[in-house]
Amino acid sequence: MTTTLIRAATLPDGSRADLGIAGGLLVDPQDLGTPTTVVDADGLLALPGLVDMHTHLREPGREDAETILTGSRAAAAGGYTAVHAMANTSPVADTAGVVEQVHRLGRAAGYTQVEPVGAVTVGLAGETLAELGAMADSEARVRMFSDDGHCVWDPLVMRRALEYVKAFDGIIAQHAQDPRLTEGAQMNEGVVSAELGLPGWPAVAEEAIIARDVLLAEHVGSRLHVCHVSTAGSVELIRWAKSRGIRVTAEVTPHHLVLTDEEVRSFDPVYKVNPPLRTQEDVHALRGALADGTIDVVGTDHAPHPSEHKCVEWTAAAMGMVGMETALAVVSHAMRDLDFSTADLARVMSTRPAEIVGLAHHGTLAIGTGANLVLVDPEAPHTVEPDTHETMGRNNPFRGRTLGARVTDTFLYGTRVFADGELGTPLAFGEAGPWND
Amino acid sequence: MKHLLSTSELTRAEAIDLLDTAEQMSLVSTREVKKLPVLRGLTVVNLFFEDSTRTRISFEAAAKRLSADVITFSAKGSSVSKGESLQDTAQTLSAMGADGVVIRHSGSGAPHRLAHSGWIDAPVVNAGDGTHEHPTQALLDAFTLRRVHAGLPASAPADGAVGRGLDGAVVGIVGDILHSRVARSNVHLLTTLGARVVLVAPPTLLPIGVESWPCDVVYDLDAAIRDHPFDALMMLRVQQERMHEAFFPTAREYARRWGLSDARARALPGDCAIMHPGPMNRGFEIGAEAADSPRAVVLDQVANGVSVRMAVLYRLLTGQSTAASGREGQS
Repeated sequence: MTTTLIRAATLPDGSRADLGIAGGLLVDPQDLGTPTTVVDADGLLALPGLVDMHTHLREPGREDAETILTGSRAAAAGGYTAVHAMANTSPVADTAGVVEQVHRLGRAAGYTQVEPVGAVTVGLAGETLAELGAMADSEARVRMFSDDGHCVWDPLVMRRALEYVKAFDGIIAQHAQDPRLTEGAQMNEGVVSAELGLPGWPAVAEEAIIARDVLLAEHVGSRLHVCHVSTAGSVELIRWAKSRGIRVTAEVTPHHLVLTDEEVRSFDPVYKVNPPLRTQEDVHALRGALADGTIDVVGTDHAPHPSEHKCVEWTAAAMGMVGMETALAVVSHAMRDLDFSTADLARVMSTRPAEIVGLAHHGTLAIGTGANLVLVDPEAPHTVEPDTHETMGRNNPFRGRTLGARVTDTFLYGTRVFADGELGTPLAFGEAGPWND
Repeated sequence: MKHLLSTSELTRAEAIDLLDTAEQMSLVSTREVKKLPVLRGLTVVNLFFEDSTRTRISFEAAAKRLSADVITFSAKGSSVSKGESLQDTAQTLSAMGADGVVIRHSGSGAPHRLAHSGWIDAPVVNAGDGTHEHPTQALLDAFTLRRVHAGLPASAPADGAVGRGLDGAVVGIVGDILHSRVARSNVHLLTTLGARVVLVAPPTLLPIGVESWPCDVVYDLDAAIRDHPFDALMMLRVQQERMHEAFFPTAREYARRWGLSDARARALPGDCAIMHPGPMNRGFEIGAEAADSPRAVVLDQVANGVSVRMAVLYRLLTGQSTAASGREGQS
């Protein structure tokens, strides 16, 4: 049996310890005997493997943008041991067949645990509930459902979805965007859109849906997850909902923690994203909310696009940014001036997302759980070079920026899928252990 | 100045220099041979992704009066409608040896993208992009206003405006500000030149964020006419499609509240010029009395458009200025 000793890592609480891995699980290093492999982690942080509640892997359908294999490699390089693949593929992941395909391709790739997200409604059309139970009962055991990219706009459909998934402790992840208030929208509505003459995406279009949805969640007693919160007003609504005991969780992307709509003045479509980049005031509110727990998690909303969808004029360009490979460094950078410790970083990027979606082998460094962890060099200044990234998407808005923290190693159930800054060996499909439970 | 993409990036000196050059250009139309040889051998490409006969022929006339070769590329029926990207179109034009590109596009920012993407090296002139800017329209408006404000004929060769700004002028812009690239370009340029701008529009046709603009905003046209000593009132065209998007209840209500009716035209100061970028919706945003009054300078605007576009092309393609004085205050 392969065993690994990770020596002298710095844990999220600041203490230094050895970590032992045997049979894909974390074990007491005292029990290892003579390890097969020793990894010197002196000076490195050891965090539980990152868990992304929000990625777009594009397969099936848009394999020219990303595949489950390339997206999984990007996840490993970014320190993610579990990623949730959104349902807006072609065909849409709205049946047991499609989610099982995504699940199987993820296991075959072996670089990260790919968890398919099921569509809430058939074809993401917002009209008829998809067979949520069939997806929940499938091999993929889907627990999170989202029409991401589209809002479940009809309040009655949203109510039914929230209620229905209680049967299997599911969660509805809402892309909060009132479609009527955002017809033709190209960027945040405000001072910059007024000057640039680009149709605006007002904050109220997000906030009105969140306000409605938290009240619906309260009424039916269900769990609601709000994807990519982008405005200060949304933060206030979520804070209020949590204070009432409503079961709502919320997510913010790395890019919304750093970038503002001022970037749009360049008309470079790499900054075109949905929800749009907002104002400095919103950035400030989002950082505060992530620090104080109002926003539970960071989700990347990793959205690769082929260059022909970005190397065009702004109004013709696709929305979305890639982010898995820079997320950890960007979040560390964004939160550097706040009271935000390494433990907080582990909480928002690993522990809370694993809790929300119910991944028992992720989000923890407890003995007996899956050996899913990441080693991070906190002081490794480097320039972001998207052309060297594992994702097929080159639409990384942080191109050329210097960031500090860097993922060095990623362990997926004990397999070193990313080693010393290079892709390692994937975890073999069918290998015994919790991977295939 | 490598490109002309927006008036927001023009300094006062650059703007006055362009207007002064345009004054020189306006003299060309009085010559027996209405042509200057200054751009001989150079090729100007008119790249029109959006229909606009008026602006296109104005640029064509300007380029031809400077002896440039003109190629007009209309998106309709071209490879653009078959899915060719802006990048490929630009690189094709570059390979053909375009010395200057005049671009009209329905998407805000397309000229900016063309100028800064590295796809083409030639100077780019924005001939109107989406609801962003239309800098040559603002320049021709400023040119016309400068004449009027100096008590000179609105068009036709005249001396005396050279070297001046628009200091002290009060200009109203009335109508669909939200969707107007003309309004955006004018707010920047006219205020840069020292004028005070008052926007008059229904609240639904003003952009969120307009409060950051360097101008006054008023909802009531009658109050605006009463409270401001306008030197010029610029009526904007309301696009037909806005009628069906609930920006205002009916066309008649819009005309009653924001149209330049005969009564309102009479209530304006006697020397107030009436402007319109054209084409006019008579009976809607502008009544016949205003449109046909001697104070209307709509056709002067058209005539001045050619001179202004000559100045812009000359400036960008040769890097030179013909302005005799060249700098403010020296005339």
